[in-house]
Amino acid sequence: MAGMRKTSLRLPFHWTAGYSVLLGLVVVLILAFTSVIKLELVVNGLFLGTIIGLGAIGLSLVYGIHGFAHIAHGDFMTLGAYTSLFTLGVFLPRIGLDNVGLGPFTFGYPLFIALPLSMLFLVALAIGLDKGIYSRLRRRGVSSVVMAMTSLGVAIALRGLVQFVWGGGTEQYPRVSKDFYQLPMGVRIPPDNLFIVALTVIMVVALYLFLTRTRTGKAMRATSDNAELARVTGINTEHVLWWTWAISAALAATAGVLLAVFQAQLFPIMGWRFLIPLFAAVILGGIGNPWGALIGALIIGVSSEVSTQWLNPAYKTVISFAIMIVMLLLRPRGIFGVRD
Amino acid sequence: MSLLEARDIVAGYGETEILHGVSITVEKNQIVTIIGPNGSGKSTLLKTIFGLLRPKQGSVRFNGEDITGTPPETMVRKGLCYVPQSSNVFPSLSIHENLEMGAFVRKDDYSQRIREVYDLFPDLIKRKNDRAGTLSGGQRQMLAVARALMVDPVMLLLDEPSAGLAPNLVASVLQIIIDINQAGVAILLVEQNAREALKLSSRGYILASGQNQLEDDGNKLLNNPDVARLYLGG
Repeated sequence: MAGMRKTSLRLPFHWTAGYSVLLGLVVVLILAFTSVIKLELVVNGLFLGTIIGLGAIGLSLVYGIHGFAHIAHGDFMTLGAYTSLFTLGVFLPRIGLDNVGLGPFTFGYPLFIALPLSMLFLVALAIGLDKGIYSRLRRRGVSSVVMAMTSLGVAIALRGLVQFVWGGGTEQYPRVSKDFYQLPMGVRIPPDNLFIVALTVIMVVALYLFLTRTRTGKAMRATSDNAELARVTGINTEHVLWWTWAISAALAATAGVLLAVFQAQLFPIMGWRFLIPLFAAVILGGIGNPWGALIGALIIGVSSEVSTQWLNPAYKTVISFAIMIVMLLLRPRGIFGVRD
Repeated sequence: MSLLEARDIVAGYGETEILHGVSITVEKNQIVTIIGPNGSGKSTLLKTIFGLLRPKQGSVRFNGEDITGTPPETMVRKGLCYVPQSSNVFPSLSIHENLEMGAFVRKDDYSQRIREVYDLFPDLIKRKNDRAGTLSGGQRQMLAVARALMVDPVMLLLDEPSAGLAPNLVASVLQIIIDINQAGVAILLVEQNAREALKLSSRGYILASGQNQLEDDGNKLLNNPDVARLYLGG
């Protein structure tokens, strides 16, 4: 991914591409309503897509501004999920907060404490890694390939850390089973998924406002456009780089926690396995374009879920991988990519 | 005391030395032009003055203060701004956002300044919400200069602001430079349109092979037959 042309954090979407995505969605829905594909799989895919999206937006931001493929992003998600496991399973129960089954959800209000703590932890970790490792490499002027390989090392180290602390087995957040919502056409929705979508929408809107309304957000977009010019203009690009880490790490932590809720389990390679869908979404949306990454994520989510109607679910990742390769061959700038 | 004084600058990229001891002086409120053949080190000199390249030898003084190798953001705070030759706007940001980025180092309210800058560039205000990437070449140069003006600079370093522009646009860019200078901003200009640039300059420097060849008043350089033959195309 090193030498690939990145698109910038352009707003809003390139509309012609937007229409083609909309058209694709209409086709999928028609197929669903004519029972060629199960509507439930489409809906489930959209839920999965929002989680992929939270990860992919951060990955795309890091690529756009730091200029390298952050391989440890999946393991950021894993660590985010596991720090919440610690908060929910060990820390909060010890002080008497062990509520589960809040309203229609499987989890309780402690999740609202655990999630911000996970985000904070990941932000601190990302900035610590930057100060300790990435900024030193940056000062030496190493290539983006070296940066990406370093992040691969970080990824393996983080996964090792998770396995060392929590073991290699499967874990769960404290939860109680809840009834699914029964919708027409055989669509069943776990109530947790509504929470997942609501939280994703809030975070995406917050990010949009941050990038378009605040001084730091605009400086991030400027740095993504042209880092050298940003420096010349007087923008402190080091700060911009830290902000980028902070935002993408917070998003990754959220994605990890939501994934653990979504699949009702955690395991040490949950984030690593998510890396292919993440990169597929980023490439689909045009590398460095976070909004494109979100749309790309929804497409990847739906197509990999729908594929399970005909294929063994074990091949889900293969679908993401196939989409990624086809995109790289046919339209490496992504569906929204336009030339400057 | 001179406003800007670069003395015996030796600089280059990696092992390649491009400037072999160049000196240049700009007084307050002056326009100074550097001309010279391609590869003579004009752009490298501007980059070294602005701190994008650290000189191997020599010093840069601005307002009596040694600023050699100071990072760009400090330069901008001190009122020294640099407009690169190309890729000098943020294409995905709106024109207004580009100007806001120009004021990035300002902590005060710059709304008055933004109005003044728009007054100077009426073309830009009409398109303030358009992406800068949609602007024409001439408009981009205007926006790049406008952005540099946002900090109320004491001095501008302009690297070929008229590069690649149609002749009528070259004239309007040069007119803008005169206007900016008359508002009290010193300008160090690197120009391909040497004749036009020397006409409006109080001093000119001729650089060749990374060394000072000649320096004189703008008019005297224009009327120097050797200069005309060698550097102004006869």
